[in-house]
Amino acid sequence: MKEKKLRILIAKPGLDGHDRGAKYVARALKDEGYEVIYTGIRQTAESIVKTAIQEDVDFVGLSLLSGAHNELFPKIVELLKENDAEDIVVFGGGVIPEEDIPFLREKGIQAVFTPGTPIKTIVDFIESQRND
Amino acid sequence: MRDLARDIVLGKTRAIARGISLAENDSLGREELIDLLHPHTGKARILGITGPPGAGKSTLADLLIAGERRKGHKVAVVAVDPSSPFTGGALLGDRLRMQSHAEDEHVFIRSMASRGHLGGVSRATVDAIKVLDAAGFDTVIVETIGVGQTEVDIIELTDLVLLVLVPGMGDEIQAMKAGVMEIGDIFVINKSDKEGADKLRTEVEYVLGFKYAHEMEKMNPVCMVSAKMKQGLEALEEEAEEWFQHLSLSGLLEQKRKERIQKELKRIFSAKIHELLDKKMDFYNNVEEWAEMIYQKKVQPYRFINESLHDFLKKESE
Ligand SMILES: Nc1nc2c(ncn2[C@@H]2O[C@H](COP(=O)(O)OP(=O)(O)OP(=O)(O)O)[C@@H](O)[C@H]2O)c(=O)[nH]1
Ligand SMILES: [Mg+2]
Repeated sequence: MKEKKLRILIAKPGLDGHDRGAKYVARALKDEGYEVIYTGIRQTAESIVKTAIQEDVDFVGLSLLSGAHNELFPKIVELLKENDAEDIVVFGGGVIPEEDIPFLREKGIQAVFTPGTPIKTIVDFIESQRND
Repeated sequence: MRDLARDIVLGKTRAIARGISLAENDSLGREELIDLLHPHTGKARILGITGPPGAGKSTLADLLIAGERRKGHKVAVVAVDPSSPFTGGALLGDRLRMQSHAEDEHVFIRSMASRGHLGGVSRATVDAIKVLDAAGFDTVIVETIGVGQTEVDIIELTDLVLLVLVPGMGDEIQAMKAGVMEIGDIFVINKSDKEGADKLRTEVEYVLGFKYAHEMEKMNPVCMVSAKMKQGLEALEEEAEEWFQHLSLSGLLEQKRKERIQKELKRIFSAKIHELLDKKMDFYNNVEEWAEMIYQKKVQPYRFINESLHDFLKKESE
């Protein structure tokens, strides 16, 4: 059987307007053969969750530089749960201090990638979560 | 499958999304789902938006969604982007321009990768439209990139096509004359804030004038729009409404939809026969040997083919 095509939403919650990193990851994942949906900057948690559900993605990758990750990332995981969509795997990236990572992991963010992470590491993570 | 179909008809978002994925991945139960949904289809207006890359299709779709919402209609969008032929990946960015509606529960947007189908329209797109129609959306907008002749497909799955053109396409106007212009119901000249829009309009009207030299009343509307400046939208919406009214009152809509089913039947039958050939006749395992026989001049090619086919069909019907 052929492998299921994985769909990934790359989203930028919060107020910072720099999406170079998010776009880079989106493009790199496309080049790795994934279907990537990119929705641009300044997305609310609600709109990210609604988008993830409508697009029926397997993963949501959140990118944030503004420092609000400790509120926004868990909020998105929470909202997915409220919408019976906890099977969607959430990972995060951006400028995130090392000491925040355990907290985010505990809140259901399955992986956190800091700047400079090779794309291969992200791909390995995605493939390790494949559930078909 | 019954539960999924029921939830789709009830308009439950997760179910609608799942139904589309099921079709897209050609998963088990796809045919059953479409069969269950069939009685609930046929109510939505299906509007196609096509045109060259970057013409402003998504920006226009965003404004059309807003217009439909003002009328109290529920709207769904299927936005198709090409998959990379090399990696199979796709960057689906149409939605970016429509995110202002992301929190509106009566707007459903789905990005689809073409997955190897030229022109982007595939069976999965057809199925997605059916799912959204059955889910009770009043209007379903389908955005595809028109490339070459493959975009002819879009007429086959929509009731009305907006062909979006922009100034500065250069040589593309030539290609357009050669057939692309066959596909639009309404011609939208977008980016009319830019230089060259009036010239393009004259050219388009000139080509249409030729086509309808003896029946000017049938000539397609040409609308000047600037999606960026939000100009020309009311006129476009009015033309679309009028076109729809005309289609439904004249019986043309019914005829169009029946023709669509005919084309679909042909496509599905062909695909199934192809599958049969592949699986039951074991074509791909035998073909090398058959080629060898023909190469060695041991058989006459047509005689061999006709006899094999005859034997196969006989065996199948027993
Ligand atoms: N000047 C001008 N720019 C426009 C107009 N409409 C759209 N654009 C711009 O054109 C670019 C492409 O717009 P999109 O709506 O993404 O175009 P598209 O046809 O959906 O593009 P693809 O889906 O990639 O083929 C964007 O930068 C828009 O802001 C317009 O009326 N005038
Ligand atoms: Mg677009």
